[in-house]
Amino acid sequence: MKARIEEIRILAPAIRRFVLAPEDGGEFPAASAGANILVEIPGPQRIWKNAYSLVCPPGARGRYEIIVRLVAHSRGGSAWLHDHAEVGQILEIGVPANLFPIAAIAKKHLLVSAGIGLTPFLSFLPALRESGAAFELHHCCRLDEAEAFRALLPELPNIVLHTSRNTLDLSGLLAKQKLNTHLYVCGPEEFMNVTAGAARKLGWPGAKIHEERFGGATGGAPFTVKLARRGIELQVRQDESLLEALENAGLDAPCLCRGGACGVCELPVLEGVPEHRDHVLCEQKRAANRAIMICVSRAKTPELVLDY
Amino acid sequence: MNISLKPAESFRGDFTARNSDAAILRFPFPFPEDVYMYGVNIEPHRRGGPSAAYDAVFDLDEHYIGECADRALTLIDDPLRCQMLPHMTAAEWDTLELLMESLSTDYPELFQLERNGDAWRWVNRPLGLDQSFIFGRPETLPCPPFEYITRQVQGDFTLQDQRDGNLYMDGGMVTSQADWSLNFDLGMTFHEWHGPVPVAHELGVFDRALQYLLRLQLGKPVRRLNWTLTVNPRLDTSPENYPLWGPDKATVTPENVGEKMCLRVELQTLTRLPRSNAILFGIRGYLIRLNELVRVKKFAKRMHRVLRDLNPEIIEYKGMPRHRRIIVDYLAPFDDGAVLSLGTAADQPDL
Repeated sequence: MKARIEEIRILAPAIRRFVLAPEDGGEFPAASAGANILVEIPGPQRIWKNAYSLVCPPGARGRYEIIVRLVAHSRGGSAWLHDHAEVGQILEIGVPANLFPIAAIAKKHLLVSAGIGLTPFLSFLPALRESGAAFELHHCCRLDEAEAFRALLPELPNIVLHTSRNTLDLSGLLAKQKLNTHLYVCGPEEFMNVTAGAARKLGWPGAKIHEERFGGATGGAPFTVKLARRGIELQVRQDESLLEALENAGLDAPCLCRGGACGVCELPVLEGVPEHRDHVLCEQKRAANRAIMICVSRAKTPELVLDY
Repeated sequence: MNISLKPAESFRGDFTARNSDAAILRFPFPFPEDVYMYGVNIEPHRRGGPSAAYDAVFDLDEHYIGECADRALTLIDDPLRCQMLPHMTAAEWDTLELLMESLSTDYPELFQLERNGDAWRWVNRPLGLDQSFIFGRPETLPCPPFEYITRQVQGDFTLQDQRDGNLYMDGGMVTSQADWSLNFDLGMTFHEWHGPVPVAHELGVFDRALQYLLRLQLGKPVRRLNWTLTVNPRLDTSPENYPLWGPDKATVTPENVGEKMCLRVELQTLTRLPRSNAILFGIRGYLIRLNELVRVKKFAKRMHRVLRDLNPEIIEYKGMPRHRRIIVDYLAPFDDGAVLSLGTAADQPDL
């Protein structure tokens, strides 16, 4: 879908809000709480595709809104949106996908986020408030960004902003929840591991812990990939993912979340040993080394041969 | 699309329902090859295909009025044919929006949808309905939103909630089913409600299908065909009403098999819903008597070959052991053994 940048608002030095409107003046498809869209970002040499949570209320069709943090050492995507994007520009976006939906049968929803990880919860809040569901939101952020995040949140006793490690007693919070509370976590990798880990340690069942990861490709040692069906050999550079290498070669490889969470980009491995970085494959499949999620995973061997 | 709707026919009692020549030619025949086996036969639900039944998002045909009337009769006797668990409210409105948008776009001469913000007006000309209501406010409709709209569409529907890496059948409108029960399956997981299907579990069909469906994307619906055999063009062959239709099986003879035995095809569609993230499963059923089916030469020959060589376990599951010999004998004279084209197109412009 083509979308026009209608407004860019600076929320904090490194955080911007983008309002997108359908280029043809029509409507976007409605989206559910927790949905994200892929945004194609034009770079000087190549196109970046990044997934961003929709922060507008679920069901909104006239406008989509996303919030983008400038990533330190950005490879291109967020830096372009911060430095080069202008009102009136046209971007290609995907239809919404949802890998972080609200569990409608939960008795209570416990939302825990850090930093830019708040974004999916901005679409949760209107849905939870409208349905009258019991919920609690704890958001952790740096002191210098507290005002920006506070402005995004309604003033409610069950929404708490934490700007210091000392004010959020994670284990205490998780321990006192009643049965059939669902936990949703979004934030930096380490924050998510600590939060979800604390819940598991307390005996929370896995089905009640929901994690939204936008880890994305972080790069690593370069390697060679051979595509057996096509008879093509490509180099995967240290600053690009396997998926991006395929895309840069003009191939329309399957993908959806680009963060190792959805499983859409799985390809069969014929030779070589993958370095699995995804959250989809089970331990057995990892050990078998017959499949790889190309959006995040790389290679332990100098070369991979894929059945593609 | 230009459709002439028949006045109400009966799908019970005297079974006046018959297919016109046009309906026979557009019948969604389910066998692309001479041999049938289970597989994950799912494809994108795009407009257009080997028959006109694939031209609309939700296909409507000449039997529309009769099928809606039959559904209403079934619901009077058994209101539990339409059930919805309480957490599915958003999915109900998603369904109403999708069906109203699709029908009014595909059949503007029959349906009309006017929207002014949340104030909507729905006009259904064939059923003589004109309803103004507020989207999202169930008290402004004569019955809950999912029931309201599915009473006006041919075919059964179920709603699947997605959670815990699984799909749960948490609601539906099921009045024209091939011997399964919504009241029994309500709340079940994907593998639970497919429990009775033979062979396919061992082939891993359901594991793969579930993984595929969990990743079903908005705006990219998919479809598949399923089939079985039914005695008489009866829509409601439910377990609840087995005493009504079970005895029909004993009435089939070599003399009446062409008239009585029907191929029942389900055009199943799966659509991701926008606000609820649920999946709408549409089961659009088509019934054709064998003496109608054999008027298409390719259908007659291929049907003969498929049933003649069918896996015994599938014969058992489809409830056919009693009838297969009679049906195959009826079809055999139509089959000259000629090589048939792949695919399901009728390959003839008229009858």
